[in-house]
Formats: sequence, C-alpha cells, structure tokens
Amino acid sequence: MQWETVIGLEVHVQLATQSKIFSGASTAFGAEPNTQACAIDLGLPGVLPVLNEGAVAMAVQFGLAIDAHIPDTSLFERKNYFYPDLPKGYQTSQMAQPIVGKGEVEIVLDDDVRKRIRIHHAHLEEDAGKSLHEDFHGMSGIDLNRAGTPLLEIVSEPDMRSAKEAVAYIRAIHAIVTYLGISDGNMAEGSMRCDVNVSVRPKGQEAFGTRAEIKNVNSFRFVERAIEFEVERQIELIEDGGKVVQETRLYDPDQDETRSMRTKEEANDYRYFPCPDLLPVMLDSAYIEHQRATLPELPTEKRHRFENSLGLSTYDAGVLSATRPTAEYFEAVLAVCGDAKQAANWVQGELSGHLNRENIDISNSPVTPEQLGGLVSRVLDDTINGKAAKQVFAALWNNEGQSADEIIEARGLKQVTDTGAIEAMIDQVIADSPVQVAQYRDADPEKRGKMIGYFVGQVMKASRGTANPQQVNGLLKQKLDEA
Amino acid sequence: MHEMTLTELAKGLKAGDFSSRELTTSLLDRIERLDGELNTFITVTRDQALAAADAADQARARGDERPLAGLPLALKDIFCTRGVRTSCGSKMLDNFVSPYDATVVEKLEAAGMVSLGKTNMDEFAMGSSNENSFYGAVKNPWDKSAVPGGSSGGSAAAVAAGFTPAALGTDTGGSIRQPAAFCGVTGLKPTYGRVSRYGMIAYASSLDQGGPMARSAEDCAHLLGAIAGHDLRDSTSVARVVPDYLAELDTPLAGLKIGLPKEYFGDGLDPEVERAVREAIGVYESLGAKVCEVSLPHTHLAIPAYYVIAPAEASSNLSRYDGVRFGHRCNAPADLEDLYKRSRAEGFGDEVKRRILIGTHTLSEGFFDAYYRKAQQVRRLIRQDFLDAFDEVDVLMGPAAPTPAFDLGAKKDPVSMYLQDIYTIAINLAGIPGISVPAGFSGQGQRPIGLQILGQHFAEAQLLNVAHQFQQATDWHRRHPSLDQETI
Repeated sequence: MQWETVIGLEVHVQLATQSKIFSGASTAFGAEPNTQACAIDLGLPGVLPVLNEGAVAMAVQFGLAIDAHIPDTSLFERKNYFYPDLPKGYQTSQMAQPIVGKGEVEIVLDDDVRKRIRIHHAHLEEDAGKSLHEDFHGMSGIDLNRAGTPLLEIVSEPDMRSAKEAVAYIRAIHAIVTYLGISDGNMAEGSMRCDVNVSVRPKGQEAFGTRAEIKNVNSFRFVERAIEFEVERQIELIEDGGKVVQETRLYDPDQDETRSMRTKEEANDYRYFPCPDLLPVMLDSAYIEHQRATLPELPTEKRHRFENSLGLSTYDAGVLSATRPTAEYFEAVLAVCGDAKQAANWVQGELSGHLNRENIDISNSPVTPEQLGGLVSRVLDDTINGKAAKQVFAALWNNEGQSADEIIEARGLKQVTDTGAIEAMIDQVIADSPVQVAQYRDADPEKRGKMIGYFVGQVMKASRGTANPQQVNGLLKQKLDEA
Repeated sequence: MHEMTLTELAKGLKAGDFSSRELTTSLLDRIERLDGELNTFITVTRDQALAAADAADQARARGDERPLAGLPLALKDIFCTRGVRTSCGSKMLDNFVSPYDATVVEKLEAAGMVSLGKTNMDEFAMGSSNENSFYGAVKNPWDKSAVPGGSSGGSAAAVAAGFTPAALGTDTGGSIRQPAAFCGVTGLKPTYGRVSRYGMIAYASSLDQGGPMARSAEDCAHLLGAIAGHDLRDSTSVARVVPDYLAELDTPLAGLKIGLPKEYFGDGLDPEVERAVREAIGVYESLGAKVCEVSLPHTHLAIPAYYVIAPAEASSNLSRYDGVRFGHRCNAPADLEDLYKRSRAEGFGDEVKRRILIGTHTLSEGFFDAYYRKAQQVRRLIRQDFLDAFDEVDVLMGPAAPTPAFDLGAKKDPVSMYLQDIYTIAINLAGIPGISVPAGFSGQGQRPIGLQILGQHFAEAQLLNVAHQFQQATDWHRRHPSLDQETI
C-alpha cells in the first residue's frame, strides 16, 4: 500500500526580551543555577505577574510577518499541573484567545517548489525551569533560571507531507524570527524547540490517521530523523495488523529512535482557566500599525528581490536570504563592490568555506563585509588576479592587514599587465625548460592545450602570482608556437 | 491609651503627651499580658516594633510631620513581611520567612507606622470563624465563648481587645466586614483594584482585597489613604487618583438616598440583628437621609457562585505549596509523588483541602462549563444588580452578618458556616466597596452587631463619610470590652 505522511508542528520560540515575560529577572543564557530567578519566578507566596510589553510586541511582529489576524483581545490562562521545575504549579499560557490568529508561511523545497503552510495560531507563554538529574545523589536539582522566559508557541496546521517539508518549515520559521530579531534562534541553547505531530494514512484517504506527538526535538537534523523513524514505525505497525495509539513520544538521538512517554489515558487534565492576576491584552489598530512599521524586509521578500532585481540564481538567492546575518553581510559587500554576482560568489565561496572550516558564525566573521567588498572591487577592476585575491583574503582572515588595498600594496600583489615584463619572464622560463619546450613542440596541436599549463604555472610562480593569467597564456602560446 | 483611636493617638504624639516608644511598649505589654487567652497574634515583633517606634520618635524630633508616623498597627499574617514569618495561618507556611515586603507593608512603613506583629487568621483566609487556624482559634474579646469571625478574626479581635488601634485585614467574601461586626470594630473592604495585592498571599485572586480595620471610620480613612493606589507590581490594581479620604468625612447627609435590599432582610436574619440595623437606619433618617427598599434579585446565587469561583482560583493559587522550594516538606519522601502527597496532606488543614478539591473538580474537563463558566455568568448578573440599584440610590445598607458572633465550635457543618457570608459575598463578586460599622449589641452575651454600608465602585470616600456621620451621632464604636478586670 502507498502511505502518505501527515505532519503538524508546534515550534516554541524563545523570545529575545531582556527580562522575563512576567518579572524583571534577566533571561541571559548560561548563568549559575538559580541566580536569575527572582521572587516572582520562584512563585513565592504573594507575588504577582506583570506582563512584559516587549514580548507582546514581538508576538505581534511575528503575527504580522506571517500575515496573521491579530485579535484585538487576547487572554492569559493557567495550565495547571505539578512538576518540580514548574514553580507555581501552573504555567501561564494562552489557550482560547491567543495573541496571533491564523496565518501562513511559504516554504521552499530542494527542487525550488514552493508550498504554503497554514499557521493555526501562535500564543505567548512562560517557560519552566530545568530539572538536573546528575550530581545529586538520589535527588534532583532544580534550576529556575529559565522559569518565566517568554516563549512564542507557533502551531501549524497538519499541512506537511514529508520530513523534508517539516525541516523546510522550521527553517522558514527560524528565518522569520531571526529576521525580526525576536529570537536568537539558537537551537543548541534551546531557543527553538519543536513538538512534532506525525501520522500516516493510505494515499488518497482523506481522514487523518492516529497521531503520535514527538516532544522537544531541538535540531533540524533530529526533526528529520525523528519523523523518518516515526513514519516507518507507524507504517510497519499498521501493516503488521497493529494500531497507532495516540501518545507522547520522545526522540532519542543516540539510539535514533522514538520511545513512548505517556499515552492519552495518562494525559493530564490541565484545568485551563483565565489567569485572574493578568488583565486581557487589548491591542488597538494604532498599536498594530506601529508594530507593522517596525518590520524589516522579511526572508521571502528578500529572496524574491535577490532573484528578480539582483539577477541571482534561485539557489543563490535562497542561500543568501536564509538568515538575516548572511543577508546583511551579502548586502554590505554588495554596497561596497556593486556587483551582486561577484559578491554572492565570494560570500558563498571563500568566506563561507573559511567560516565552516573554523565553525564561526557569519556575524562573528574576522573579515568584515567592508573588507571583503574592498577585495572584490580590486578583482573587478583587475588590480589583482583571482589567485592573489585568495592570498589577500587569507591575510584579511588572519588579521594581517586592515584592508585589501593595504595588503596588495605591502605584498606587491598588484597584477603585472606590462607586456614587456611578462615577456621577459616567459623568455626566462622557456630558456630554463628546454626538455619541456621540445616535448611541447613535438606534440599534436590538440595536446598542446593541456601541456601549456606547465609553462603558465612556471611564469605565475616567477611572478609570485601577480602576472595577469590571460596575458601570460596568450604570450606563451605565441612564443612557443613561433618556432 | 489602648482605647484611643488612631486620630487621638496621632494628636497625642504630636502634642508630646507620649512618645511612640511609650505607646508601643504599653501595647506590647498589654498583648503579652492578655493575648495568651485571646490568641489574636501569631507573631509579635517586639524588637522591630520598638526600633520602628524609636525611629519615628527621632524623626519627629527632627521635624517629621507625617501624620501616621509612630502609630502602631497589626498586620494580618497574610501580608508578606521581610525577615518575619508569614504563615497565612497554615502549617504549610509555619517555617516561611518572607524575603520581601508586600506593597501595603512598604507603604505603611514609608508612612512611619509601627507594626506590632502578625495577627491570627483562618488558614489561607478560608473561614468565617477563625477556627481554621493552625495556630488555634481566636476568642472574641467581648465574650470568650464566642468566635471573633473570620478570616481576619485576629485583626478584628486585636483592635477590639485594645492591643492595637488598627490592623490590616483582607476580604475575599466578607473576611474584613464579618469579623469587624462580630468584634465591634469598623472594617472597610475597598473596591477591587483600589489596594495592591502584591505580597498579599492569594486565596481567590479575583476577589481578594486588603483593607483597614480600626476603631472608627475616620481611622479607616487615614489608613486607606496610606495603602491605596496603583501598583505597577499588581496588574489588577487600578490607575486612579487616590482622593483625600478625610476631606469628605464631615459632609452632611441630608438628601442621601439609602437603599435597603429586601433580600438582606429575609429568612435567616436574626431578629436582634434586624432590630439593631433598623435602628441604625433610623439614625440616618434623623440625619436627613431618604430610605427606600431596593431589590438585588440574584442575591440567592451569590454563595453558590462564590463557592465555584473562589475554590477554583484557590486550587490553582495553592498549587505552589508543593514541598519543593519553601514551606512544609514531609520527612524522607520516597519519590516525587510521595513528596507532593504527604507534604500537602500534612501542611494543609481540612477546610483548605476541601476547597482545593472543590476547585479542582469544578475546573476539570467536562465540568468547566457547568460550573466555572456558569458562575462567571452569575457573577456578571450580580454585579449588574448592584449597578442597577445604584441608579436609584447612593448607598445600600443592611446587616454585615445574619447573626451576632456564634459560639466557638457551634458550626460543624461547612455549609452552615458558608451561609455566614450571605450578606458579604456578593460585594466581592461585584467588586464594590463595603464597610461594617458597630451598630449595637445582642441582648444575650453582649455580642456586637454590625451595620454594612455598600457603595459604588471607588466610592470609598462616600462610604467613609456615611459611616463617620453615623459615628458622630452614636457611640457604639466607642464601647470596649472589659478584659482587664477579668484577668486581674
């Protein structure tokens, strides 16, 4: 039987506010346990929450970025359950009236096929703390630094049909929130975590199959692997005559498998009710328009512009618009050198090669976009050849000079285009290589094309890479073919 | 000094008749001498009180003219006080020393007031007799076989006993007004949102409101002015100017329109209470007020609605007492489940457990619409009843409680206890202010009776004026129980 996969995602995005959603404590990552938890985060008797307006603004910006309806009233509710790292015994969240209504996100698949994924809603909520199970003999430690960190939970419709689509969707969400600057999008630090709902159904069948929810998957790769494992598990189960049960599962990256956590029967009754400590959030159209005015150019718009106005390929436009730092870097290089194609080649080639090799984020690149733009300009105006340009780039990377011009000057990398000087070097090489010259001249004209490479290399070496390669080629051919 | 009002004590301090230290010492000594039996205080903070009194005296010597500086008061043990145990009347918080001050505590300290300590209360403010305290029942200073009312029973009894000229209480369904009535003191529940709830341990967040309990409406006006106001730490506090509550106290009442809700004078009202209340209304007529009957047709739904909404909120508010971070923790828990179950089973008393169970049930899937949502609809109808009534009249009057103080141990059945709040609970559901003023005594046992006056949202100045004018014409509020002779 042919099976179809159906996937819906809940993505929890940690918002980049300075302080927590209901208290003034810092949200910075990595502090000593329980040093960033104030009386409110600890849920001490008598404390009350006060909503962080910054979190509301960020949620609204996200809503506008996905063309969502922003209701004029939204409501915080309490989700009640006991857990040691949940200080109040309830999580303040939104349920019946979330801050962001229905919207849409465009995803691009490998073959440049575009698809629109519907967003059911997005709501604000507070994060819980962390339970630490190591280092405490027979006990657990609780770190409440993360308690109260603002989260935007983005809930999609079950519109994805493959693991690849799911990953493309998460990448699209990642791009939007990082473009908006409402999250650092750092998945390793938990700034984006996904719950994946997966089911399968016979191809052509309309009704959904029973779904399993895989909780807390926190990398693009794990999302893909978890879905692939889960789809295979469900198909096998059904084909063997079994039934998928509605349950919560956990993905274990070490075993590369999903395991059951709890079934529906064991699920909590969260007893949601409106939080009496917080007023409804009322947003008027002036506020929403004000937020709209702060929106930057978004990834989809940028990709279209790179492709249509700058003439980049679909692939290049996609890569360069994928994250805001990459796009900003590219646009800064372009602003200096004026040639989109060259700027794109350098950012995706030499720069991203170096960054990947040393695992550095583009926003921390040792070569600034202004420096790279200066370098590309010197290539474009023929001051240096491609080979020298790589040397200049390496020097900039190693901080051996302030600018391309300074390095070119200091190292004498300026391209030699003086025909007389190049001819002198060629004459010397020919004089030093009698055997090779003889072989060349004996060879068929078709083979000569390959053999000339040796002489070009020798001349370039003699010029320490500065000779104009086209000139060297032409003059060599003349001289070798003369006899 | 233990019978003087705050206003009189303030004059005495200003005139130099006595110092704050002398006043404070005298009250602390009286508490030490007489509170063993009454049990109005859970914690007496003698050292802090004397230090605060000295500071106030020194400030006064330097020319400090803050009107409340150096005046003593007591705090219901529901208000968080930095460095001082804040128990909420519960074993659960017997070991809880708050690391911060409630907003109202900060405000009273800034005004220079001297806290004598923390008063007894029904556990987590759940009760109408103060018998639900982990620290034992409080006795009514007028009659030690009677309850003082609750949940702010310790505060009311401490004022009546002459231990403190004033105290703060909290009122979720009558917990200031009913004990004020039972103990013969004046108690004001402000409009919801008038006084910050930050640092006031939550029972039912949409109903809880702190307020003053004292020997006169004028004293309540002084205190309300000190504690009212918008607080950025409490989103439900209202950003509205705090008027000078003293300014309107002397406004004559001629032409005042008083409504008597007919539902407040029906079956179940003790005849002696009715007589006292009607006599009080007669006093108002003699002051020029016009009296008419009004109807609050949804009154009979107030107690059922309250016992859905308040326990629902409580069940959630009290989830934080789990033995993990603070408060009572059971010995040697076997696992997490055991830690939760035993810590909570041991830490909470029966009434608290009962309300947690009720609230958990009414919020459960499948019951939410029938209970919680329905109760919220009823709540809107009750609020509308009051708004409609205030289209016709300026204030409403009636009894604060259906009977005078009842005997300790008399009410064993929870529902008969819940019915104590029949005249007070709707006021919290509507969010309007109410004040209880002494209006006489029952013949048998000399137990006080309270008149309740209700006003529109934020009409505290008018309520205080109406109460003050009554107290200018009567002396019920100047009667004091004679504790000294009995103990000497």
